[in-house]
Amino acid sequence: MKEILSAIDAWLADGKRVAIARVIGIEESGPREPGAAMAVNEDGEVAGSVSGGCVEGAVVTEALEVLASGVARRCTFGYSDDQAFAVGLTCGGTVHLLVEPLDW
Amino acid sequence: MSGEIYRELRGSILSRTPVGLVSVTGVADAAGASTALAAKLLVRSQVATLGTLGDPELDRVVARDAVAMLERGVSGTRHYGPHGEARREDIEVFVESFVSPPKLIVFGAVDFTRALVEIARVLGFVVTVCDARAVFATPARFPSADEVVVDWPDRYLEQVGSSLGPRDAVCVLTHDTKFDVPAILGALSTGVGYIGAMGSRRTHAQRWERLLEAGADEGELRARLMSPIGLDVGARTPEETAVSICAEIIAVRSGRAQRAMAPLRDGTGPIH
Repeated sequence: MKEILSAIDAWLADGKRVAIARVIGIEESGPREPGAAMAVNEDGEVAGSVSGGCVEGAVVTEALEVLASGVARRCTFGYSDDQAFAVGLTCGGTVHLLVEPLDW
Repeated sequence: MSGEIYRELRGSILSRTPVGLVSVTGVADAAGASTALAAKLLVRSQVATLGTLGDPELDRVVARDAVAMLERGVSGTRHYGPHGEARREDIEVFVESFVSPPKLIVFGAVDFTRALVEIARVLGFVVTVCDARAVFATPARFPSADEVVVDWPDRYLEQVGSSLGPRDAVCVLTHDTKFDVPAILGALSTGVGYIGAMGSRRTHAQRWERLLEAGADEGELRARLMSPIGLDVGARTPEETAVSICAEIIAVRSGRAQRAMAPLRDGTGPIH
């Protein structure tokens, strides 16, 4: 979280709306620990990361939808045997994220 | 717009004040309507909280658990009933503990120290350089250090040693017996997680003898003292040596220092 504070400060100072995505759980393997955070502003600019670059593109889409709706959501990215998600971690793990508007 | 909880969280992180942030990450359909996804509770202590998860009893129970997690420096997921009941799965929360960053104390204001300070700062350590020689221990020589202290290692450790824990590190780079023996003995008397001492094999052998003469326990030396310091990556320059030392600090902290350090290519175990 610390590494994204200065970007968030700058965006808020410019009057931009910001969404935050945070890792709240991993199964099997995951490159970033729970708590890893990524911020996305309304223009789609990004600070921080929640994986090794595997799912960040999809998280930007989720974050922009969350900003548009104003409603937080929980997202899961990963591959499994019976269902193929659109986006996953190449290491084979599953990552759970909370994506929310920074309105608190 | 961002509000009071974010401002408090931001201020605590920047001032290195421990704080816990609780977020609701799941609400079962049958749980009742008072608790919403992403509801927040910021926790400093059992009685100093900000925000609400939607139910006063839930807030009270979660704050108690979050304080315990903050004291141990751990983050994780917990489950509760709608009013904080144990052994229920209705409400899932993620508790993130923001603890003060790990500390590194470097004894010896030498050339290698400057590079070690730089790399350790990149890794998030709060770095103190300590040397008894005022002419070397100056902020101008170590601009990246959080603190430069002119003092004897053992005397300095008497002051700050009780604050050192498993995530912290002490590096002794003086390779001068009259400084490093008291520095190592002082570090051994603390709960610091990593103790490393620089020197050639010959310096190391002489220092080992002096440490035993000074009353150090040989078993404890073998268990805790990384000397000669660093992983064997073939480092030559101060910067390369700093990487070697920091890699060893990470390996000790993650419990992997006992393994033969080899490229991941040559192993089979999990990476994360």
